[in-house]
Amino acid sequence: MQKTWNNKAWFMVLPVLVLVAFSAVIPLMTVVNYSVQDTFGNNAFFWAGTDWFTDVLQSDRFWDALQRNLLFSGIILAIEIPLGILIALNMPKKGLGVPVCLVLMALPLLIPWNVVGTIWQVFGRVDIGLLGYTMAALGIQYNYVNNVFDAWVTLIVMDIWHWTSLVVLLCYAGLASIPDAYYQAAKIDGASRWAVFRYIQLPKMKRVLLIAFLLRFMDSFMIYTEPFVITGGGPGNATTFLSIDLVKTAIGQFDLGPAAALSLIYFLIILLLSWIFYTVMTNSDAQT
Amino acid sequence: MARINLEHIRHAYGPNPKKPSDYSLKEVHHEWNDGGAYALLGPSGCGKTTLLNIISGLLQPSEGRILFDGKDVTNLSTQDRNIAQVFQFPVIYDTMTVYDNLAFPLRNRRVPETEVDRRVKEIIEMIGLSDWSRKKAQGLTADQKQKISLGRGLVRSDVSAILFDEPLTVIDPHMKWVLRSQLKRLHKQFGFTMVYVTHDQTEALTFADKVVVMYDGEIVQIGTPAELFERPSHTFVGYFIGSPGMNVLPATVEGSAVHLGGQTINLGFAPKIASGARTELGIRPEFIRLGREGMPVTISKVEDIGRQKIVRAQFADKPIAIVVHEDGDIPSDPRVTFDQAAINIYADSWRVPDTSRVGGGA
Repeated sequence: MQKTWNNKAWFMVLPVLVLVAFSAVIPLMTVVNYSVQDTFGNNAFFWAGTDWFTDVLQSDRFWDALQRNLLFSGIILAIEIPLGILIALNMPKKGLGVPVCLVLMALPLLIPWNVVGTIWQVFGRVDIGLLGYTMAALGIQYNYVNNVFDAWVTLIVMDIWHWTSLVVLLCYAGLASIPDAYYQAAKIDGASRWAVFRYIQLPKMKRVLLIAFLLRFMDSFMIYTEPFVITGGGPGNATTFLSIDLVKTAIGQFDLGPAAALSLIYFLIILLLSWIFYTVMTNSDAQT
Repeated sequence: MARINLEHIRHAYGPNPKKPSDYSLKEVHHEWNDGGAYALLGPSGCGKTTLLNIISGLLQPSEGRILFDGKDVTNLSTQDRNIAQVFQFPVIYDTMTVYDNLAFPLRNRRVPETEVDRRVKEIIEMIGLSDWSRKKAQGLTADQKQKISLGRGLVRSDVSAILFDEPLTVIDPHMKWVLRSQLKRLHKQFGFTMVYVTHDQTEALTFADKVVVMYDGEIVQIGTPAELFERPSHTFVGYFIGSPGMNVLPATVEGSAVHLGGQTINLGFAPKIASGARTELGIRPEFIRLGREGMPVTISKVEDIGRQKIVRAQFADKPIAIVVHEDGDIPSDPRVTFDQAAINIYADSWRVPDTSRVGGGA
C-alpha cells in the first residue's frame, strides 16, 4: 500500500519540538558535553573521553550513595504501598466522610517539598520541636542530627507522612471503579474478606498500583530537598543520597565533568529500574 | 431447596418512609413453594430487583419477615442464607481460570475437592465452556463471562433457592434459548426453587410455572401464563402481557349491561361495583372479531406481522387493536363483535370477579 506523506505535519509538531529541545534535550546534551570534557576555566575544554565515567564508577562515594538510595526506596515502597492500600480500603465509600477524608489525604501533597523538610526539621528538634522534645521528655534518646538511625527514621517517617496519600488516592480511585455487583456476587459466593481483597479488589487496583509504585519509586530515588533541609546529608555521609552527592560535586566543588558523568549514570539507573519494574509488572498481567 | 415465605415485606430506600409512595416495594406477602419455578415480571423500576435482593439478603427490608422453611432468616447475612444469585451483568474473578471461577463458591464453603471437581466439570459441560476451563476468565467475551456467572449460580447443589436477575440480557438470542431450556431441565432434574426476574414476557412465560407480575412496587397478579392471559387481574397485566396488549376502554356498567360510547354490550352477569369507581372494559385483541356484523369501527392502520395482521382502529372514539388471521377479510364497512366470555370488567384498574362463572374469580 502506498503511504501518503504529508510534510505539513512537521510544522504542527515543531512548536513542541522546540519547547522540548529547550527544556530537555539541550540541557541534557550540555550535560553529555560536560561529561566527556575537562575544563580549567576560561571556557577552555579538553577531551576527557570516558575518564569521568570510569572515575565515578570506581569511587566508593558513588556506590555508597547508590546503596543508600536503594535502601531508602526499598523501605519507602515496602511501607507506603501496603499502608496506602490499607488506608484506601478503610476509607468511607459514601456520605460526608468522603470529601473530608479526601481533603485530609490531599493536604500533605499540596505542601512544597522544602516546607515539608522544614516542618520535620523543626518538629524533630530536641530543644523546641514537638516530637523531639516529647521524646526527650519520655526519656527516649532521639537526635536526628548526630544519630544515623534517628536521621533515617526521621526521613522515612517524613516521606511516609508526605507521600502515602498519593498511594491512598490512587488506590481509592481504583476501588471506587469496582461495581457493587462484584461485592454482592462475592457475598453470594461466600467469599471471605481476604478472598474479596485477593480476587476482586487487588486485581482491580493493579493498574493504579503499578502507577503508584513507579511514581513512588522514581520520586523516592530522586529525593533531594527534604534530606538537604533536614540533615544536609549527615550525620557524616549517612543520608547523602546520589542527588545530594551530585549537587555537592557540581556546585560545591565545581567538578563539572564528574558531576555530569554522575548525573547521566543516575538518570540511566532510574530509567533502567523503572523499565524493569514496568516490564515485570505488566508482563505478569498479560500472562494467561 | 426450601419454601420461602415473605411476610408483609416492605422496603424504602430513603429513611423514615411515611406515605406509600416512599416505598419502592409496597407490601409483599407471598409464599414461594419449595421447588417452584417463578418468574418475576414487570417493567424497569417496579421493584423486582429490590424484592430479589431482599430474598438473597443483600438488602434488609424496612419492614416484614422472611422465612426459609419456616425459619426466620430476616437478620441472617447472605452467606448464611445459602442462596445463589446470578446478576444482570457478568461478574467474574479476572485472575482466576474459568474452572476456578466455578469452583470458588464451593471452595469457600469447604466442599471436598473431589466433589468440587465433579460439580464444576458437570456445570462447565452444561454451559459449553469445557474447552476454556484452564483459560483465564479475563479474556473471554461478554456472553462467555455471563455463562460463568450463571454457572457459579448453579454449581452448588444444596442451595435454598437460585435467584436470577435478568441473567440473559447480554446473551445473544440463540444462546438465550439454549440456556433457558437448560435452566428448565436443571429445574426438573434437581428441583431447585428458582426465581427469575425479567422484563421480557416471553422469557417469563416460557421459564416459569407461576408468573408474578409486579407493577409500581407491588405484586398485581400471580398466576399461570394462561391465567395472566385470560383473566388479567389488573389493567396493567392486561397491557403488559400479550402483544399487542389488552384493549382497555372506559365504560359504564348498569346491571349486566356495559355502555361504551353509544354502544351497549351484554355481559351475561352483573358485576358488583362500588359506586363512584372508575369502570373499564378490557378485551384482548385476539377475542375481537372483525366482520360485517356488530358495532361499527373505523380502521386507521393494518400491520402485517406474518401469520397475523394487527388492525388498529377507532372504536367509540378510542383506539383499539384487533388481531386478524393472515388471510382474514377486512370488510369495507367494518364492524366488530366482542367474545362475551373474554370480556373483563375493571373497577379502579382492578378486575371485578365474575361470581356467576365457575372458577371465574382470579
